[in-house]
Amino acid sequence: MAKVLVVTSGKGGVGKTTSTAALGAALAQNGESVVVVDFDVGLRNLDLVMGAERRVVFDLINVVQGVAKLQQALIRDKRLENLWLLPASQTRDKDALTDEGIGRIIGELRTRFDWVLCDSPAGIERGAMLAMRYADEAVIVTNPEVSSVRDSDRIIGMLDSKTVKAERGERVTKHVLITRYDPARAARGEMLSIQDILEILATPLLGIIPESQDVLRASNVGSPVTLNNAASAPARAYTDAARRLMGETVDMIVPAERRGLMNRLLGRRAA
Amino acid sequence: MHATAEATRQLVRMRGRSYVAFVFTPEIPIVGWLAEIDTTLARSPGFFVGKPVVLDLAALDLSRAAITHLINNLEERNIRVLGIEGVDAEKLTSSMPPLLTGGRSCVITRSEPAEKAEQKPEPKPKPNSLLLENPVRSGQSIVFTDGDVTVLGSVGSGAEIVAGGSIHVYGTLRGRAMAGVNGNSSARIYCQKIEAELLAIDGYYQTAEEIDASLRNRPAQAWLQGDTMKITPLN
Repeated sequence: MAKVLVVTSGKGGVGKTTSTAALGAALAQNGESVVVVDFDVGLRNLDLVMGAERRVVFDLINVVQGVAKLQQALIRDKRLENLWLLPASQTRDKDALTDEGIGRIIGELRTRFDWVLCDSPAGIERGAMLAMRYADEAVIVTNPEVSSVRDSDRIIGMLDSKTVKAERGERVTKHVLITRYDPARAARGEMLSIQDILEILATPLLGIIPESQDVLRASNVGSPVTLNNAASAPARAYTDAARRLMGETVDMIVPAERRGLMNRLLGRRAA
Repeated sequence: MHATAEATRQLVRMRGRSYVAFVFTPEIPIVGWLAEIDTTLARSPGFFVGKPVVLDLAALDLSRAAITHLINNLEERNIRVLGIEGVDAEKLTSSMPPLLTGGRSCVITRSEPAEKAEQKPEPKPKPNSLLLENPVRSGQSIVFTDGDVTVLGSVGSGAEIVAGGSIHVYGTLRGRAMAGVNGNSSARIYCQKIEAELLAIDGYYQTAEEIDASLRNRPAQAWLQGDTMKITPLN
């Protein structure tokens, strides 16, 4: 049974695209067939992070408008054969997306893949609404900052009201993914604590990704961090998160300041 | 000076009105027919009370004495005869009910049960409270002017609750809460943890800055004392 998962946040720059690529690659490494779909029409980035920017011929808008077939627009990853990308258009804007068109494409992707990961644009406008519209599950990417957490809260409210599942009276399964967690700043009390974030969002925790140069390095070479340096701390955190998405129980690790000293997060996943 | 008060002419106004009456058609033998009436009365004693009854004697050829006898028999059973139909006028005396003509038959509906059924079912009283079992998220606005609002979860920063009555939040109140918006100054705001951006009751408000910092993160209530909003801890 295919799962449609939207990676969303409300706020920009928190790591949606990085997380989509990293989770998609980690799921594919675990043997799942995965497609990552870029919904950020006009400001596409996922192709760069995936290292596929030079192979884009057709895009999501072309498929929505019937100019190209889905097979023509899908780009297979060079490193993992069961990882695919459906890029966004850089020359159009989000008004070119239609609800019916997206519904049709998501329906088609469901028949071909185990996972359909939708990389949502920032904001709460049309693009973000359509990215979450057909989702079964949602990963809400949050930084340990009040602004990010409040925007995430807003997005969670929309996931509970504006999605097809919500309109049917069902619920989108939601997970919070905390990114750019800086253990040193956390130790000094300069960031919102994990407990505070979970208390505010009242949503289960999927993982905590530490702030790391590895993430930036991987983006620059066009590789999901889970593929570029699988042993790095963020890669391991993403891999654990992907395994949790697949239903496995993996102990939650709170990144600590000193390497090797890992604290468990209070033994509970979330409120 | 002599003035005569001329009597003003009183206009007699007459209106027509129609009533539905039971029409009795007695049969021979009259005694047997009366026995039938008795069994009806035995089943429901009040059946004819207050109902106009008309006797249709067209099928019979009764003498004046027999008519008098019949009417008396009915009166003994508390059935008052309003009029008589289908007899010659000379057979009736002045003490008897008047002769009626021109009656049209219609369907008699048993009025009491019918009336009850016709009465519209009482409109359900509007609910005077609203229960929200999920957290109220940033950007959501809950407006319920008919009464109290109860939130089992938290109210997020950037969310707002507007209630005609009081507001009860069993989680943390981080957003705005406006109670008593219809001019209900006795409305209150209760919350398990107060981190509100704004509290208002009946138009009087306090922003986060004005809320005493010592109250933060504690269970608290807000109410109006005259023109000032009071916020006090709940424990």
